[in-house]
Amino acid sequence: MSVLMNKDSRVVIQGFGGAGQREAKTSIAYGTQVVAGVTPGRGGQTIEDVPIYNTVVEAVEQHQANVSLIFVPAPFAADAILEAERAGVPLIICITEGIPVLDMVKVKRVMKNSTSRLIGPNCPGVISVADRSRAGIMPVDVYLEGNVGVISRSGTLVYEAVDQLSRLGIGQSGSLGVGGDPIIGTTQREALELFEADPDTAAIVLIGEIGGTAEQEAAEYIKTMKKPVVVFIGGATAPPGRRMGHAGAIISGAAGTASAKQAALRAAGATIVENPADIGSTMQAVLKQHGLA
Amino acid sequence: MKLHEYQAKELLAQFGVPVPKGRVARTPEEAEAITIELGGSSVIKAQAHTGARGKAGGVKVAKTPAEAKAHAAAILGMQLVTHQTGPAGLPVSAVLVEELVDIEREIYLSVAIDNTPGMPVIIASAQGGMDIEEVAANTPEALFKQHVDPACGFQPFQGRELAFAVGLDGPLLGPATQLIGNLVRAFMESDGAIAEINPVVVTKDGRLLAADAKFSIDDNAEYRQKAIVEQRDRSQEDDRELDAHDHGIQNYVALDGDIGCLVNGAGLAMATMDGIKFAGGEPANFLDIGTANNPEAIAAALRLIGSDPKVKAVLVNIFGGLARTDVIAEGVILAKREGMISQPTVVRLSGTNVDLGNKILDEATDVELIRADGFADGARKVVAASRGEK
Repeated sequence: MSVLMNKDSRVVIQGFGGAGQREAKTSIAYGTQVVAGVTPGRGGQTIEDVPIYNTVVEAVEQHQANVSLIFVPAPFAADAILEAERAGVPLIICITEGIPVLDMVKVKRVMKNSTSRLIGPNCPGVISVADRSRAGIMPVDVYLEGNVGVISRSGTLVYEAVDQLSRLGIGQSGSLGVGGDPIIGTTQREALELFEADPDTAAIVLIGEIGGTAEQEAAEYIKTMKKPVVVFIGGATAPPGRRMGHAGAIISGAAGTASAKQAALRAAGATIVENPADIGSTMQAVLKQHGLA
Repeated sequence: MKLHEYQAKELLAQFGVPVPKGRVARTPEEAEAITIELGGSSVIKAQAHTGARGKAGGVKVAKTPAEAKAHAAAILGMQLVTHQTGPAGLPVSAVLVEELVDIEREIYLSVAIDNTPGMPVIIASAQGGMDIEEVAANTPEALFKQHVDPACGFQPFQGRELAFAVGLDGPLLGPATQLIGNLVRAFMESDGAIAEINPVVVTKDGRLLAADAKFSIDDNAEYRQKAIVEQRDRSQEDDRELDAHDHGIQNYVALDGDIGCLVNGAGLAMATMDGIKFAGGEPANFLDIGTANNPEAIAAALRLIGSDPKVKAVLVNIFGGLARTDVIAEGVILAKREGMISQPTVVRLSGTNVDLGNKILDEATDVELIRADGFADGARKVVAASRGEK
């Protein structure tokens, strides 16, 4: 089943506009249960065969939704996350990019004492390949069923890594994008814990980036892991002090550089990929080395 | 978005943070007049988005109004070059003219976001005036921190603990606690990214003053900080980056190489730069198209990349998720047909609607493109194209 998403996942989409509708269609065609949409003021309508509600609470009551996927625009996204949390949705996945950091400060504080888990924001979502269960924006065609889990701060690098693996005949259990913002719900370390505990995952690709110290915190956990981890850190060639798109991807201080992160991860026992074109082939070698391929 | 020192001080003063007397001047005569108001002496400080201005000749002490006029004349119009600006430096079109203060001690104080707990953090040190990165690396025990819990906000005890830790006790305790609280309030209400006062000075006559100030706001919050955004000084930013910003492309960073790149997603955009480097080339820019999902925006982005005279070849590296490869393909064709980009262009498409995207490129037989299959192939081909090889 991979992690978080499975056959019993029932997805409600908050912000059922263009992107929400398009991704709902892709998920439904893939085999995922998309049970409701939420757009305030549009309750009672049916769009793309999906019933629309005014509030998340109604969608949960009517359809037992247990995953919320959020496309709400940035100025209103924190509110949408908190609405899903208050409605008791156990898994909240926020795709939205560009949420003000101080809004996420409040959200993070609420999530700390919550039974719900937040993935993202500014992330591609979560997919479980064997269960064909998808809450996110990832292209489904590149995935191949198998036993490698993929974790990434960047969305497009999830697809890139998955594509490289699939082209070599290496399948995936699933992928989890943690998001590119400075403050996120589920960290790289927590994502590693999920895949380490997943019986259907044998090895993990972790894709980090310059900026912050999340990779160093992940390295502390990798020291204790049984499953092999292959890591690529994006932004080795980025200049210090410049924000590389993701609000979190900015080198400030020595810990934020790619080389500092690579050193910590290598010391923890991870296999480091220097060239982003070599993610798939490196995993292939690691699987052979561990007798997993 | 960064503010100038004088703008940062105006903002902090609105929140009750004490700053030295003074004003901004744009001519030598204004600097002279302000110096007279200040009692005949002043310090003249170049306003540019960089630190280390003193070493670069951007800060001068004037003992008389005539000296103030002369210093301002020398500083206004200069290109200030520091280790933070690059060799071209930054233009100076304003100076801050401030009272001279007799300094007894210097304290470091800042507020920023601490990502791991997800809270603002106040940092204070008795070693004011120093590079705080150096203090953190060499004497981390000299830094004192307090996190601001959003559930209850800043509390006075946090200000007191910091004040005592950096030696602001006795009659300074009250003003110091207030200053810290006011700085936090300015940060929270203005969507601060970094608010730094380095140094807070204790004057010989027992006052606390923010002698220098840096303030930048969260780019994601610009929509609700209109009064601050209006103060943007475009002369301090790269022309092409501003052009990108004006076209709704938030994520363009100019670099020094000769290979342009247009990529979807910040992570893939960074990895594309890394991949170009591994293939033996140098990237000319970072560009994530973000949510730009129409052909016109893609074409505009390509025109922008191509307008950099250093660029010899361009790599379009797309792995469609939300971004649709057919829209990208249409944008590339549009840019080529309209002559918006003349350099050899390598296109790699994968992901959402890739069959349609490739079909659009195939059918545009009048447009010359180099097609790549996968990431490594794209990087290799664009480096070859930049060298005039096939």
